[in-house]
Amino acid sequence: MRLSAPRPQVIAREGQVVEAIDTQSPLDIRGLSVTYGEKPVVFSVDFTVPAGGMVAIVGPNGAGKSSLLKAALGIVPRLSGEITVFGRPIETARGRIAYVPQRSSVDWDFPARVLDVVMMGLYRQLGLWSLAKGEHRSRALAAIERVGLAGFEERQIGQLSGGQQQRVFLARALAQGADLYVLDEPFAGVDAATERAIVSVLQSLVAEGRTVLAVHHDLATVPAYFDHVLLINVRRIAAGRIAEVFNAENLQATYGGRLSLQQLPELDRNRS
Amino acid sequence: MSWDVLFAALTLTAGYNAAVVAVGAALLGASAAGIGTFVLLRKRALVSDAVSHATLPGIGLAFIVMTAFGGDGRSLAGLMAGAAVTAALGLLAVDAITRRSRLSEDAAIGAVLSVFFGAGIVLLTIIQTMSAGRQAGLSSFLLGSTAGMLFSEAVLITVASAAGVVALYALRRPMILVGFDPSYAAAAGYNVRRIDLAMLLLALVITVIGLKVVGLVLIVALMIIPPVAARFWTDRADRMVLIAAGLGALAGFVGTAVSASAHQLPTGPVVVVTAFVLFCLSLLAAPQRGLLASTLRFRAFEARVHERQGLLAIARGEAVYDRFTLAVLRRRGLVRPDGVPTLIGRGAAAAALRDEARWEAYRRLEPGSPLLGRYDGLTPIETILAADQIAELDRRLALRVAAP
Repeated sequence: MRLSAPRPQVIAREGQVVEAIDTQSPLDIRGLSVTYGEKPVVFSVDFTVPAGGMVAIVGPNGAGKSSLLKAALGIVPRLSGEITVFGRPIETARGRIAYVPQRSSVDWDFPARVLDVVMMGLYRQLGLWSLAKGEHRSRALAAIERVGLAGFEERQIGQLSGGQQQRVFLARALAQGADLYVLDEPFAGVDAATERAIVSVLQSLVAEGRTVLAVHHDLATVPAYFDHVLLINVRRIAAGRIAEVFNAENLQATYGGRLSLQQLPELDRNRS
Repeated sequence: MSWDVLFAALTLTAGYNAAVVAVGAALLGASAAGIGTFVLLRKRALVSDAVSHATLPGIGLAFIVMTAFGGDGRSLAGLMAGAAVTAALGLLAVDAITRRSRLSEDAAIGAVLSVFFGAGIVLLTIIQTMSAGRQAGLSSFLLGSTAGMLFSEAVLITVASAAGVVALYALRRPMILVGFDPSYAAAAGYNVRRIDLAMLLLALVITVIGLKVVGLVLIVALMIIPPVAARFWTDRADRMVLIAAGLGALAGFVGTAVSASAHQLPTGPVVVVTAFVLFCLSLLAAPQRGLLASTLRFRAFEARVHERQGLLAIARGEAVYDRFTLAVLRRRGLVRPDGVPTLIGRGAAAAALRDEARWEAYRRLEPGSPLLGRYDGLTPIETILAADQIAELDRRLALRVAAP
């Protein structure tokens, strides 16, 4: 098992830059640690999200996948670590990131229609005083159309299926518009048609030159959907192109005894 | 109670002073219900209850301080300032206990509410034994009283409530976003904690404004009952705020008028009872979510199920025994009073059987079709599929019948 030791933040030594921040990366994570109480759930993780990549974060339950995302985006406080977005501190570049939370994190009984939730993606631009205009509405409608929910605009969100609710969240991120889309378990508990629809939207985003970063739990579909992967279990285990790091050895190191050995050769077969 | 005084108060003809009080109470009701909607959607209603109870020691302290410096201990502005200070302390205490200790928010609320309210009662008791006197009227802040309200006080309440409405308008989007999805709000760069504090501060300000009219014990009811009633009328948060504000204004206006027409009645309870009547009307009569509408909808659905089952039984030549089914069929003229199917009934039965057969054929033809999810045993397939698709199904059905 490869364990990365906590790395000191040395940027320059004797006038020579030894480790520069990647200003091209939509999200550069350095030495990120997160704890709840006194138990670290993420420990000193370094990860540079490659621009234009379709990146999966993979690891067992409780490995800190969601916590890594939430701490990187400032949703939960981080114990240590430095986050930059295109070389700038994240606080000044939030508009370039759109976040799609876990579906189960909100109360779907909230009084809102599909269109209302998608319009929330435009709230930052609308500010405090201005009223939503026709252009904002048509942007929201286009996002709804893109996730295949046309005709559902007026539907109360509590009356949607799980897959439709996930599409609403994705549409809100699309309406916001961003260079980096960060998704927490977008395929959890959704139907097969929704999974296909979401994957095709994400792939079209990457084709437009945007970057996708998603927590994913289904090992079998990782090579089909993604081109880069970060394997973590509290610590970073491996990261890179699927072809280089998504192999039995690294998965065994990530999942330990919890991954049944029969699954591993099958994964290798999927890749070839 | 005097009916002509009530009528005069309701029509704003009871004098200039009374009219300003009524308008002020209506604006207070609107802003309280407006902020209450956001507090309710954020599931923080009890925090605002703790905040309102935490105003009491501030009222007592302000009275003592103002009297000690030789002023009029009953100046409304001074008492409001004192109330705001201890209410803010109560709010910060709830926030600090929740964040810095292992206690949950409800425990923090319980502790703050009872300790601050208890301290306030102690202070009021001390004031009553003080020789400085003129303390009569402080206890009216518990349950509210608009009787004998000064014109300047009514204007203060009106202007402050109007300012509360403007603040609500400015903060409406951040508060809705944080209420629905705080983690998305945080990722989009909203400071969730600051928005929560702003929301509760606004609730605090409106509580303090409402002390004189509704009283600190019941102001939380004016914040919570109108939005709960409004939820029956709409599925949209923005409309819920507007409807709640309208109901709150109505409750404030009518409640003040009723209380003005009978001097023994404290204003707060009357306003809250009025709001509760509006809630009951909403619960019963709201078009989509109201009890009446949903009962009627369910009855209609029940009758449709029985009608369909009865028709299918007739089509198969089985006898119908269920009394409700027979009653439904009779009412629609599908069977005669003695239970024998009419001509129309036999036609409808054949149509129901054909519809079932078409659905069955469609299920066999396209097993994976998402449209199959629309089958509920009641929806005719004609409303789901296009005419040419149905013709295709019928062709296959005919083939199957013809086949040996």
